[in-house]
Order: sequence, then C-alpha cells, then structure tokens
Amino acid sequence: MTAITHHIPDHLLASYAAGSLPHAFAVVVASHVSMCNDCRASLAAHQAVGGAILETASTSPLSSGLRASVLAQLDAPVRAEPHYDRSGIYPGPVVAALQGQQPKWKALGMGVRQTILTADAESNARLLFIPAGQAMPDHSHNGLELTMVLQGSFSDSTGRFGIGDVEVGDEDLNHTPTADAGDPCICLAATDAPLRFKALLPRLLQPLFRI
Amino acid sequence: MLRVKIDRDRAAFAALFDHFAPRLKGFVIRGGTPAAQAEEVIQDVMLTVWRKAEQFDPHRAQVSAWIYQIARHRQIDIARKEARPVPEELKEDPGAEADASQILAIEQESEHLKQALQRLSADQRIIVEKAYLGELTHQEIQTQTGLPLGTIKSRIRLGLERLRHDLKGLRT
Repeated sequence: MTAITHHIPDHLLASYAAGSLPHAFAVVVASHVSMCNDCRASLAAHQAVGGAILETASTSPLSSGLRASVLAQLDAPVRAEPHYDRSGIYPGPVVAALQGQQPKWKALGMGVRQTILTADAESNARLLFIPAGQAMPDHSHNGLELTMVLQGSFSDSTGRFGIGDVEVGDEDLNHTPTADAGDPCICLAATDAPLRFKALLPRLLQPLFRI
Repeated sequence: MLRVKIDRDRAAFAALFDHFAPRLKGFVIRGGTPAAQAEEVIQDVMLTVWRKAEQFDPHRAQVSAWIYQIARHRQIDIARKEARPVPEELKEDPGAEADASQILAIEQESEHLKQALQRLSADQRIIVEKAYLGELTHQEIQTQTGLPLGTIKSRIRLGLERLRHDLKGLRT
C-alpha cells in the first residue's frame, strides 16, 4: 500500500471528537482514521483534551439509587450491537453505512456510478465509481466536500490522491478531478451543500442525482 | 481501570463510578442532554465502560479520554437515534507485554495537559470547553481566534510521537 499523504485537517478531527461534525463527514473521518495511524494518534490527542476537561469538570450530586442500579446491571445480558469490519476495499465505517450489504450502484452517465450512503438535511455521503481516465464535471463547492479514495487514484490541479488520501474541497477549490489510469477509482465523498457545476448540463441533472 | 479490564474487579469499577459519574453529570447536561435524561446517559456510559473494558488500551489513552469519547458518542447516538460512525478497532497483539514507560508517558502528559488547561485565561478556557463539548461547529473551530489548539496539543506532543511510532508496528 502506498503511503497516505493527504490527511484529515486538525479542526475536523477536533470536531469529530467533540461530536459536532455532521454525520456524513464523520463517516469519512472514521474511515480515514481506520486506515491512518497518524490521524488516529491526532484524534487521541483531541480525546485527551476532552478527557482533561471531563477530569476537571465540577461534580454534581447523583440520585441516591443510581450507583446501586448501575452495579446491579453489570451481569445483565446485553443485546449485541452490529459490528462491521473492513470488507475488501471498504473500511468498517463504510461497511456500517452500507449495513453490511454490497453497494447498489446507480449509473450517472459516462461510466460514472454512485451509491448514496447517508443523507440528511445537514450533509450527505456517497460512494462514487469513476472509470480510469474519466473526468468528473468541472465543479466548485458551496460548503465543504471531503473525498477519500478507496480504490485506484485521481488527480486534479492540486495533486494526486491515492488510497486512503482525503481531498478537502471548500469555496476556494474549483477542480476537475480525473481518475488515473489503472483500476477504476472508487471514492467516498461527503458534502454539506450542493456542488456548483460550471457547465449547464450537469447543473440540469443535479436534482436528479442529488449531487 | 486496569483492574476492571484485566481482573473484572467490581470494587475497582465502583471506584471509577464514584470518580467519573458525578463529573459526567454536569458534563452531559452542558453537552446538550436534558437534565432529566442525564442520569440515564451516565448509566449507559458507565455500563459501556464495564462491558467494553477490554477495548481500553492504556498505551494509547488515559481513562478520562476514553470515557470522554464514549460519553460524546452516546449523547449523539441518543440525539440522532443512529449510531455514530466509529473507526475500526486496532487489533492488539495478544502476546504483547505491557510497556510501563509508555503507559507512564501517557499519564504524565495527560497531567501536563490538565495543568495547561488550568493555566489558560478564562476566555480561552471557555472557548476550549465549548469546542470539546460540541458547542462549536467545525467551521467555528477552524476560524475561532483564541482557540489554543496548537498550544494545547503541543503538551501531548511527546506522547503522540511515541504513539505514532508504536502504532506503525501495529497495522498496514
């Protein structure tokens, strides 16, 4: 495996630890941390800050029965939570978002396919399948877009992104990501606002494809 | 915590409860849980600590950091009624022996971090607390002037470097 060179920015790791990161971005952060020990260590640092705040928090009196109630439940049987491991190219958090199923690809045209993983009012995440050599339509971003490579690689004006790398797109980035030669490029992409396409046709198709 | 993890020691767990549960109460209320539900969250968090104790790795985290993350995830799961995405667990080498110096390094740096937080100005401290209690958006964390992220993290730099080094051997 080639080394990961594009990481999750620090403020997003802090926001993930604090729980303020929209759900779709949290899927990307958890996926990248699953594959990147540098970011795992940075996340541990943010958790340590949170722990220090908890440690120095003032204490509040508890109801009298709480302690006994917790201690009495130590042996209670628990319903096993579903647990998802990595499967092929998909890290555990992506497998969890797919609920253990294989992706159900929908064609977007030009050989590009997508699977929506999660969508709510705040953010959405999808898998994108881009044939080798294929370009995505030229676009910029209204909000934040995180794109993590799971298979193959893509390049744009800012550089080359291989497996595990995350590209951070914001209002300032206008780009035409193109899948490199070799394997088809499969990406995990999360956004909190619709993309802005330069050309008319992709703009017209946008509502259909929920990009 | 290690007695809870290794020996399943109930008295040790009760001591953890006595230390953390009263701190968790104000913490989860500030973190967005209604006061009436706070004790339910505390109960869930502390039972998770007991049930998932084998996942706690003292080479990588101090117990307060571990409980912090469990508490924040639990609060969001309840608010969203959907599980928070979490990274894959690292597979610990079952034959590996505990490295006392690494455990000590993590403890010492956590102590330095606590002291550094206490030395912050009142304004800075408020901002840091807001950030880590989920009261700031990721954009606000990025743009907030006066958020001494770098200063704080430099306190745990040494432990982090060791952690990075140790993790390298673990995967990929």
